[in-house]
Amino acid sequence: MYKLSSVAKTYWKGRTAVAAIQGLDLVIEDGEWLAIQGPTGHGKSTLLNILGGLDRPTSGTVEFGGTDLGRLREAAVTRVRARSIGFIFQTFNLIPTLSAAENVEAALVPLGFRPAGRRARAEEALAAVGLGDRLRHLPSELSGGQQQRVAIARALVKEPKVLLADEPTGNLDEGTRDDIIDLLDNLWRSSGLTMVLITHDSAVAERAQRVGQMRNGKLTIAQPRLREPS
Amino acid sequence: MFFIYLRRELRRRMRQAILIALGLALGIGLVITVTAASAGVKNSQATVLHSLYGVGTDVTVTRPAPRGTSPATAFGFKQEIRAVRSGQIAAGTKININDLANSQYGTLSAGSVATVARQHDVKAAVGALTLTDVTVTGTVPALSSGSGSFSSSFSTTSFTVEGVDTADTSLGSLSSARLTSGHGLTAADADSDVALLDSGYASQNKLTTGATIDVGGTNFTVAGIVAAPQGGSPPDVYIPLAKAQAIGKTGSASLKNEVNTIDVAATSAANIATVQAEIARVLPGTTVTDQDDLANEVTGSVTSTASLANDLGKWLSVLVLIAAFAVASLLTMAAVARRVREFGTLKALGWRSSRIVAQVLGESVAIGLLGGAAGIGLGYLGATLIDKLAPKLSATIGAVNSASVSGGSGAGGALKALAGSPHTVSVSLTAPVTLTAILLAVVLAVAGGLVAGSFGGWRAARLRPAAALARVE
Repeated sequence: MYKLSSVAKTYWKGRTAVAAIQGLDLVIEDGEWLAIQGPTGHGKSTLLNILGGLDRPTSGTVEFGGTDLGRLREAAVTRVRARSIGFIFQTFNLIPTLSAAENVEAALVPLGFRPAGRRARAEEALAAVGLGDRLRHLPSELSGGQQQRVAIARALVKEPKVLLADEPTGNLDEGTRDDIIDLLDNLWRSSGLTMVLITHDSAVAERAQRVGQMRNGKLTIAQPRLREPS
Repeated sequence: MFFIYLRRELRRRMRQAILIALGLALGIGLVITVTAASAGVKNSQATVLHSLYGVGTDVTVTRPAPRGTSPATAFGFKQEIRAVRSGQIAAGTKININDLANSQYGTLSAGSVATVARQHDVKAAVGALTLTDVTVTGTVPALSSGSGSFSSSFSTTSFTVEGVDTADTSLGSLSSARLTSGHGLTAADADSDVALLDSGYASQNKLTTGATIDVGGTNFTVAGIVAAPQGGSPPDVYIPLAKAQAIGKTGSASLKNEVNTIDVAATSAANIATVQAEIARVLPGTTVTDQDDLANEVTGSVTSTASLANDLGKWLSVLVLIAAFAVASLLTMAAVARRVREFGTLKALGWRSSRIVAQVLGESVAIGLLGGAAGIGLGYLGATLIDKLAPKLSATIGAVNSASVSGGSGAGGALKALAGSPHTVSVSLTAPVTLTAILLAVVLAVAGGLVAGSFGGWRAARLRPAAALARVE
């Protein structure tokens, strides 16, 4: 799915260069679940942004399905995001004025679905995450766990190839965290999508097939465990 | 999704949306009110001008009165004075003299009317005679009592008379008059002793249709009563031109085949200047006046109100609009700044920048349209207040050039209704809200929304998704 070669990302803070990622090589296979851990500010989110086409590397190549995302024009990267990549954020990032169903529908807008088709798929996705009875609720009317379920439904409604999750349980209590991870685990197993998940939480990371450690912009990946999706 | 998102977003920041809309409404309302007031002032000016000039008349031609011409005084009376002084008329003799005098303008031959009508850019030309009927009555005093008491022994009454071409009343002062009773003058009346009376004069003298009036010693039957437009100063009596030519005199000279005013219609408004030049060429020594010249002769609150509406009102509207646009733009940019993560999320979902910009623009234009609707309401309110509260405007005509009217230069021709003296008329100011003003409001509302939305949209379009998502709120 992904092949990253010598990827580096440098930010400039005034006149000071900050190397967020340094010489990173990584291959992520189709259907793989990779968890990345590491201290704050060591490049985890930067790596996720590069994988999702939200940011471009300063150097190196990021091949996604054989295409170098770093060389694509912005419109083409936007199309890749719209069709193939789902995102989940720590703070859920739901549109506060839209209902749960409308938030999920928002992911289908760039794909040109008709309103009726959008609504049907959104309802189906919300039902799949256990929120079939919360379609018309605004984010402010939902708990944190329910909001993250809406975000998961939004990420998966378009049936992407990849799900990128940035601290998806970071804002949740332990019980809700387990529910969300169970949900993601089930979805991963049932859909066969590729999942990259950033987390500080080892209890979450250990559910992945491989766990990488990101320190000072460098990624070290432990040996994969033999855990396959059903 | 576009409209759902738009509606929800506007509801979310309703207070800000109302503030922006009110700012735009204020500017747009002011523009409508000022536009309506300007239109009202123009209408008032047009009312004054039409009453003097006649609807459809583009240019009037007159010849200045010869030097030494005295104001309307019965020529016959001067002869009587001489007769008294020479002893031909004895003291105690009763005198009743009635003259129809041309004292205001020099004369033009009837052929001049045809000459003007032949000019290339002239659509029609009609001659007229503006005269004054002067009646002197009294008893001749003894000469020893002195000249002061001699004059005071007589009373003088006068009224204005217009000899009109009955074959064409579409030009000149009769063109703007409205028949209120009886019938108008037709070509068949050209040689008849029939007259039309101005409603004011008829009312003042208790004359009705069918009554008889003495004009220059000839009895005319009143065929009808006409009302001049508001603010006008029309002649008191209209009689057929041929009759006016037969009865009227300049001094002792007959006015047969003479006119003293030619009313001219140009083929189009764009040709008025050309027509003026053509007439000045073929009739040297004449005064050729158009409505602009006439407007320059109008002073008083109608002109100061016009200046106020055109200058202060226009610039005030522009300033308020600029301020409203600026506030709307700043608030929209601030709103976009607060929604950076939201837009970053939408970009992560695959929304193109253009779609996000369209969303921001749509919200701004919707606010602009709300402001436009409120602005139209405010504009109507302003116009209604002007209608209800505005004092009557005065228009003083001829004060600027009154000397030149009788002296023989300036815009005397257009001022034929004034009988040679400055004249103040009162006109109501109404502020009509036109369809054009409403369309202007809609355009301004959309423009205001687009301007504000463009700044916000530009800011939203420039967001890098990763940076937007990293924004801490």
